[in-house]
Amino acid sequence: MEELDVRGLSCPEPVLQLKPLIDKNVETIKILCSCGTSSENIQRIAKNHNYEVNILENGEDCVYLLNKKEVLG
Amino acid sequence: MKLAFLPIIAGVIFGVTAPILVYFGNPGNMGMCAACFTRDIAGAISLHQIGTLQYIRPEIIGLIFGALIASFIFGEFRARSGSAPIVRFMLGAFAMIGALVFLGCPWRMWLRLSGGDLSAIAGIFGFLAGVIIGLVFLKRGFSLGRNRPTSKIVGLAFPIFAFILFALLMWGVFDNNTLIKESTKGPASQHAPLIISLIAGLVLGGIFQRSRFCTIAAFRDSILFKDTHMLQGIIALIIVAAITNMALGSFHLGFINQPIAHNDTIWNFLGMLLSSLAFTLAGGCPGRQLVLAGEGDGDAGVFVFGLLFGAAFAHNFAIASSPAGITANAPITVILGIIFCLIVAIFAKERRV
Repeated sequence: MEELDVRGLSCPEPVLQLKPLIDKNVETIKILCSCGTSSENIQRIAKNHNYEVNILENGEDCVYLLNKKEVLG
Repeated sequence: MKLAFLPIIAGVIFGVTAPILVYFGNPGNMGMCAACFTRDIAGAISLHQIGTLQYIRPEIIGLIFGALIASFIFGEFRARSGSAPIVRFMLGAFAMIGALVFLGCPWRMWLRLSGGDLSAIAGIFGFLAGVIIGLVFLKRGFSLGRNRPTSKIVGLAFPIFAFILFALLMWGVFDNNTLIKESTKGPASQHAPLIISLIAGLVLGGIFQRSRFCTIAAFRDSILFKDTHMLQGIIALIIVAAITNMALGSFHLGFINQPIAHNDTIWNFLGMLLSSLAFTLAGGCPGRQLVLAGEGDGDAGVFVFGLLFGAAFAHNFAIASSPAGITANAPITVILGIIFCLIVAIFAKERRV
């Protein structure tokens, strides 16, 4: 599992740091980010790349666990 | 492709509202311009002395308070600051200078186009070039560093400033013996009735906060991640604003004699390039920065103070354009601004502890 801390970074840095992990097809990514715009962008790009998004914490900071979904067929 | 519900709604509401504000009195193709209106506020509080550009635009106050209220309602007010404030201030100043050479922020660029002003096209290419240059550096690891959560009062400092502006505006309404200035002729004297402007600002601030509406993100994310989420909002804005302009009879196709615009292709291009490069490095367009400042981002607040400073600088030193064209001082300032942005872009990296 890879961990990524992108709290407090301006757009689009959080997603720019996440994208290489997604491109490497990392199975599980735990990501700490500031809630708001960057967390929405993270969830959107993860879902677009076939990751399941589990919300672990949703307070001042957001913590997400991204799991690569099995591609059927 | 999934339809981006909130950005499209934001684009549609903005596309209808902006031409209606022009119909009610705002200057042509300037229903809502984050740069021009901030410039007018700079004049109203005597940061510059151009008699025709002085009015505390209620749209800007409404925008900040709309964002503040929406962020409180939806539990998204987050006081934060501490990410390279001085650089953000200077990026704000140069972004404003670029915008005033072009004559409009990215919002007004699209509104100009939707009113038939083809001189905006050079600006659009400059805008795209600025975003792309910014992206090259973002991909290389450019970062202004992290902000941190802070006390609520720090996050509220900028909304308090907006409230002071509102109090000054009200003072002028009820008492002629006011500190602030208000143009009696020229662009700043053209304005929709105060209450309409304020409500329009509040509504837009709320919907922009919810939708994260950002003209920079629209293109940045489309190019970087093939994510058209925000771009759909901009397309909705352009189409709806054009239709509304046609319905209101304010659509005039052409390159010349457009309201508060000039047709100097090179400097429309380079002015907007400087502006959008600065916005890209700062993480969002001026409207987005106003909304972020409203929802507790102190660094975005500093950026907006940079915009005010840039507006004052642009008019105190005859850098800002007019419908007659650019000034003699504009080229050197725009070039200096681009150099500043490039230096920041090259050297600013996050220090990893």
